[in-house]
Amino acid sequence: MTMRTSGSAALPGRPTPGSLLIKGGHVSDPASGVDGELDVLLCDGRVAEVAPKNKIRGPADETFDARGLIVAPGFIDLHVHLREPGQSYKETIASGTRAAAAGGFTSVCSMPNTSPVVDSAEWVRWLKQPGRGAVVNLFPIAAATRESKGEALTDFRALEGVGAVAVTDDGRPILDDELMREALQLSSELNLPVIQHAENTRLTEHASMHEGPTCFRLGLRGMAAVAESAIVDRDVQLARATGGHLHVAHISTADALNALRRGKSSKARVTCEVTPHHFTLIDENMVDYNTNFKMNPPLRSAADREAIVVALADGTIDAIATDHAPHASHEKQVEFERSPFGITGLETALGLAITELHRAHKIPIRRIVELFTSGPARVLNLRNRGSLAVGDCGDVTIFDSKKRWTFEAENSLSLSRNTPFDGWQLTGKVAATIVNGRIVYRDRF
Amino acid sequence: MTSNCERRSLLGIEHLDGDEILGILKLARRMNPAKPRPLLRGKRVVLLFYEPSTRTRSSFEVAAKSLGAATVLVQSSGSSIEKGESLLDTGYTLRAVGADVIVIRHPNAGAPLLMASRLDIPIVNAGDGMHEHPSQALLDAYTILRHKKSFQGLQVAIIGDIYHSRVARSACFLLSKFGVRITLCGPPELVPEIASTLAPGIRVTRHLEEAVRGSDVVMLLRVQKERLAGRDIGLEDYVAHYQMTSARLRLAARDAIVMHPGPIIRGLELTGEVADSPQSVIVEEVRNGVPARMAILVRAMGKA
Repeated sequence: MTMRTSGSAALPGRPTPGSLLIKGGHVSDPASGVDGELDVLLCDGRVAEVAPKNKIRGPADETFDARGLIVAPGFIDLHVHLREPGQSYKETIASGTRAAAAGGFTSVCSMPNTSPVVDSAEWVRWLKQPGRGAVVNLFPIAAATRESKGEALTDFRALEGVGAVAVTDDGRPILDDELMREALQLSSELNLPVIQHAENTRLTEHASMHEGPTCFRLGLRGMAAVAESAIVDRDVQLARATGGHLHVAHISTADALNALRRGKSSKARVTCEVTPHHFTLIDENMVDYNTNFKMNPPLRSAADREAIVVALADGTIDAIATDHAPHASHEKQVEFERSPFGITGLETALGLAITELHRAHKIPIRRIVELFTSGPARVLNLRNRGSLAVGDCGDVTIFDSKKRWTFEAENSLSLSRNTPFDGWQLTGKVAATIVNGRIVYRDRF
Repeated sequence: MTSNCERRSLLGIEHLDGDEILGILKLARRMNPAKPRPLLRGKRVVLLFYEPSTRTRSSFEVAAKSLGAATVLVQSSGSSIEKGESLLDTGYTLRAVGADVIVIRHPNAGAPLLMASRLDIPIVNAGDGMHEHPSQALLDAYTILRHKKSFQGLQVAIIGDIYHSRVARSACFLLSKFGVRITLCGPPELVPEIASTLAPGIRVTRHLEEAVRGSDVVMLLRVQKERLAGRDIGLEDYVAHYQMTSARLRLAARDAIVMHPGPIIRGLELTGEVADSPQSVIVEEVRNGVPARMAILVRAMGKA
């Protein structure tokens, strides 16, 4: 199995020469099985030493006092929309990665549904140029079909060659059976995951929220759960038949999770991610046609949300990914049915995970860390990321799992404000984000 | 200010309480278009119509004029809306022009609420997508109470395309608040089971006879041919199973009334005989629309 090296990320500058000692924290590193009071020394952008308290000798250029804090591998977000090229009024790589850093993410994977679509090696390279201003590692995901039209596959080999970590037509699922089979066949040859936004769009035309009582009452057209699960079912079977790696983006229904479980138990190479909003909110939370509750997949039923929480706890779900989807206010302040899908999510992900999963559902912090780190790193075969073993990349997320704070959308570092969580009281806050040995974000409070 | 104006807006029936509804109906009984009262003299009522409409538009217009208000009709064709102006910008513009109240008909559910959340003048929903048509529900309630002593113990059958119908949703919300037993009837494509979750006291049946038997009110809804196309059920099937005929109407209570928000399609959801029968109050509904909408406008302007 080939592993992608750290070299395939767009590095925010070269690894900083020098050293940073993170002292007195509680290291939680599920990939290495480490969980305890330990100090971490980063040297020249890599993990140099992890040792019991006060055992690391020699002066470091900088020391970070992590007492009372959790020291985790840098968080990886498999699913963000940074809107470049072409829609820089919504977000830029610079602004989106600053928001990512504030949310504790040291690596983000950018979705290709930009304008134009990232379907060529040229655009993948463009995304990774230092001039884009990324402050965290950027791993581009390229389109699976040309212009994401679902007609002809892109050149997977060339895209992988310049650093694309997966292919997807996010937002425009691959419906054609033969094309999907072909994509997964190539995936199996190249070890490149195919990410599917699982939605049978023939069943969801003009629909704007989950089909259910709330939708009916509001007079909106509904997106049936089966529109998702039917595609997941098919894709899981194709993955099993081809040996390709299927990754299901933002899975949202109980039935789709069951389809995925069947795939996993039959040894198909299938993985999935879930968003913080799908484990936090349900369709009934959408009142007054608030477009900040409009996203795709939509907020589902209470039963679906329960199934998601169970699947997060039992290991069915591999990663938490934000599906950060910024939109300008003029695009969101419109009739619900005319509003684009999507909400921002980078800065609220950790707080929601700790508040909803740990405090409300007793999922251990360790498991949450896994879902933000080694889980997503495994999905995309990101070598030396998502763990803090000696020699790994010096990506570290330090957070306070008990700190209560209020998220204010107006203080967001994203260019957009389309979040349903404005004013939410959350527990769990990022204290510092370290990328390749350098502190790129530090909590001011 | 805003909360006061939101209270005077009429965005839907769902969030009104029973007393508010009865208050509007009481006010409507005091309104008489034949004896104009200039309660809204000097006020400007803008009728903002993003969809074609005959009865609702003319009814609001006559209501406003009977109260001494000036009316301005703005339609999507021939206005800035065609040039891509957003709903909110259109609202701000009409406000700046001097609108005191905006009556809006829009193809998207929730559009009136969006406008009300941003403007400091009352907004009246004249139908929003598949969501609500509150003035229709109020005029229907007004009509029912002219024929029935009260809502107490009433049994109402609503037959036809419930799924696409804002009239049905508003009617269900309103009648349910007064304990009316409601039976929705039609094929699954037009009356999904989930419709019974709209409000308390609603059930769904596929059998017309079951819905009509013993009903005090039989409310029919228009069925658009294009919505039957490509469905499991065709036009002939619909007529065979769900058309209201004189024979079927005889299953209802002896003094049952037949209602329909219009426009009616004779020979489809009902026979001409039923439409013209003494039990039919279809024309009266249109007539009652004027005092009901006068009451809605008076309330909106705080002159009640």
